[in-house]
Amino acid sequence: MLEAIVQGVLLGGYYAVIAAGLSLMLGVVRFINLAHGDLAVLGAYLALAAIAFLGLPVWWAFALVLPVMAGIGWGLQRFLFARTLEGGFLLPLLATFGLGAVLQNGMQGIFGSETRSLANYMGNLSWAGWQLPFGLYVGVLPVLTFAAAVIVLGGLQVMLSFTKIGRAMRATSTDPEAAELQGVDARRVQRVATAIAFMLAGLAGMFLAMRAQVTPYAGPAQLIFAFQAVIIGGIGSLWGTLIGGIALGVAQSLGASISAQWFQLAGHFLFFVVLAIRMSSAGPTRERVLVWFDRIADALRLRTRGERKHAD
Amino acid sequence: MLTDIGQRRERLAIPGEAYAAFAILALLIAVPLFAGNAAVDKLTTLFVYLLLAVMWNLLAGYAGIVSVGQQAFFGLGGYFAVRLVEAGLPPYWAFFVGALGVAIVAIPISAAILRLKGGELAIALWVLAEVLRLAVMFDPLVQGETGISLLAMNSFDPTFRRNLNYWLGLAAVSGMLVAAYFLLRSKIGLSAKAIRDDEEAAKSIGIDAMRVKQVFFVIAAFGCAIAGMIWLANTITYQPRTNFGIQWTVFMLFMVLVGGLGTFAGPIVGAVVFFLLQEIFGNYGAWYLAGLGLIAILFASMLPGGIMGYVQSKTGFVPFSDGMTQNNRKRP
Repeated sequence: MLEAIVQGVLLGGYYAVIAAGLSLMLGVVRFINLAHGDLAVLGAYLALAAIAFLGLPVWWAFALVLPVMAGIGWGLQRFLFARTLEGGFLLPLLATFGLGAVLQNGMQGIFGSETRSLANYMGNLSWAGWQLPFGLYVGVLPVLTFAAAVIVLGGLQVMLSFTKIGRAMRATSTDPEAAELQGVDARRVQRVATAIAFMLAGLAGMFLAMRAQVTPYAGPAQLIFAFQAVIIGGIGSLWGTLIGGIALGVAQSLGASISAQWFQLAGHFLFFVVLAIRMSSAGPTRERVLVWFDRIADALRLRTRGERKHAD
Repeated sequence: MLTDIGQRRERLAIPGEAYAAFAILALLIAVPLFAGNAAVDKLTTLFVYLLLAVMWNLLAGYAGIVSVGQQAFFGLGGYFAVRLVEAGLPPYWAFFVGALGVAIVAIPISAAILRLKGGELAIALWVLAEVLRLAVMFDPLVQGETGISLLAMNSFDPTFRRNLNYWLGLAAVSGMLVAAYFLLRSKIGLSAKAIRDDEEAAKSIGIDAMRVKQVFFVIAAFGCAIAGMIWLANTITYQPRTNFGIQWTVFMLFMVLVGGLGTFAGPIVGAVVFFLLQEIFGNYGAWYLAGLGLIAILFASMLPGGIMGYVQSKTGFVPFSDGMTQNNRKRP
C-alpha cells in the first residue's frame, strides 16, 4: 500500500511533464493537441535513433532531441496549426488526430513494431535504488524523473512570471485580441508556446522510454493520461498538473496492485469523478470548496496573478 | 431569415438526385444475384464504412460534437450481441435488440458527457470507450484479449448468411440516410445547424442546445452499434481490442473530412474514396495508414470543406440540399 503510493507519486512527476505541455498549448494556442502522446513517443524514438545511428552518448542524444522537438513544434504551428485554427475548433482537432496517425504509423514503418527502451543505454541507473525504512524500495530513476519534473515546472513558472515572452504568453492565454492591441505578436507567442510544449512532450517521452518499453502505438494512451492529469489538476494551473499527475499516478499505482487492468481503470474512474464534480451544478458546497482551493493556491503562490477563477 | 427557411422547407418535393439514388439502390439490391462472394463481402464492408461516416458527419458536421470515442458504441454493440446470443436469442434478433440497447445506454451517457465541449468532450468520449473496453474484457465469456467467436452464426448456410448480411447492411445504410435526411430537415436539424454556427445565439432564441445534441448523439450511437453488428455478422469473431479499436474513429474522421464535413453527400463520397484507397493501398500496412493521416492533415489545412464542399461551392449544386446550402451559411 505505502509502496504503491510512493511509486504513484513518483510516476506523477512523469505525468506532470507530459501534461504541462498539453496544458500550455490548451492555454496559449487554445486547442487540444491530440498528437501530444505520439509526439512524446517520437521524442523517445528520436533519442533511440540518435544513439543508434549517430553513435551519440545517451545524454548528448537527449540534449539533441529537445531542440529538434522545439523546431518541429515551431514549424507545425507556423505552417499547419495556425492555418487550421482559423477554421474554428474542429479543424485543429482533426488535423492533430491525423498527425497522430502519421506519427504512429510512420514510426511503425521506420522502426518496426518491436518494443524498445532506453534502459539498455543507462548503465545501472535503470535498476539502482535506495532501501528505505518500512521495507520501502525507491528507484533512483523515478526519483530523478520526479526531481526533473519539479525543476521543469519551476523553470516554466519563472519564465511565465518574469520574462517578457512569459508575460506575453499569459496575456495571450487570457485574451489574444486584447494582447495584440497591447503590442503582443500573438502568432509568435503561440509558436513559442508550441515549441516549448513539443519539447516537454519529447522530454516526457524520453522519461517514458527510460523506465518502460515503448512501441510506435504507445502515444494515444499517453495523451489520455496527460489529459487526465490536466483535468484532475485543474485547467490553466501549472502546479495543478503536478498535483493532477500525482493523483493520477497514485490512483493507477493502487489500481495496479489489484490487477493489470485496474491500473488504467482506476485512473479513468478518478478522471470521471473529478469531471462529474466539476460539471455538477455550481452548488454552494462546491463553490466553497473551490474558493478554498483558490485561497490555498494564492497563499502558496501556486498561481500567477489574474488566474483566479472563483470569487470569494 | 426565419421565413426564408420556412419557405424553403415547404418545398419538400422529391429532388432529382433522389431518382438517381433509387436507381443505385435497385442495382445494389440485385448485386448478390450476379456478383461473386468476394464482391458481396467487400460491399458489405463498404456499407459498414458508409454507416460510420454518415453517423460521424451527423455528430461533427451538424451537432458540433467531435467524438474520438465512437468506437465505444461500435464495440459495445458487438458485446451486447454476443451476450444476447449467449442468453439464447437468435443471432439476427440479438443484433437488432443489442443496437437498441446501445441507444438506450447512450441516453444517460449523453446527458452527462455532452456538458463538456470541444477537445474535452472528444477525449472524455475516448476515455469512455477505453473504460468500456476494459470492462468488457472482465467478462469471462470474452476472455480478456482473446475474444469470442459467434458460433451460432455457423448454423446458417454461408451463402445465405453472406447475402443476408449484405442486404441488412444495405437496408441499414439506406434507412439511416433517409432518417438523416429528414432529421436535418426537421426542426431539430435546423436547431442543430443554428447551434453549430453560434451556440450562444441559438440558446438566446430559445433552442434547447443540450436536447438537440442528445438526439444527434443517441442516433449516432445507434448507427455505430448497427455498423458494429454488421461487422460482427461478417467476421463472426469478437475481440475487444479490434472492436473497440481507435482505428474506427480514424476511418470515420478520414471519410468525413475528405468527403466534406457538414454536407449530406460528403460522407458517402468519403466512404467510397476510403474504400477504394483501402482496396488499392491496403496491403502497404502502416505506410498506408500514415498516408491516410497525411491526407487528413492536407484536407484539414487546405480544403476543410472536403470534396463535396469544393464541388458545391464551385458548381452551386448541392445534392440532397437540406434547405440551407453552404453558400447560404457563408452569407454575413
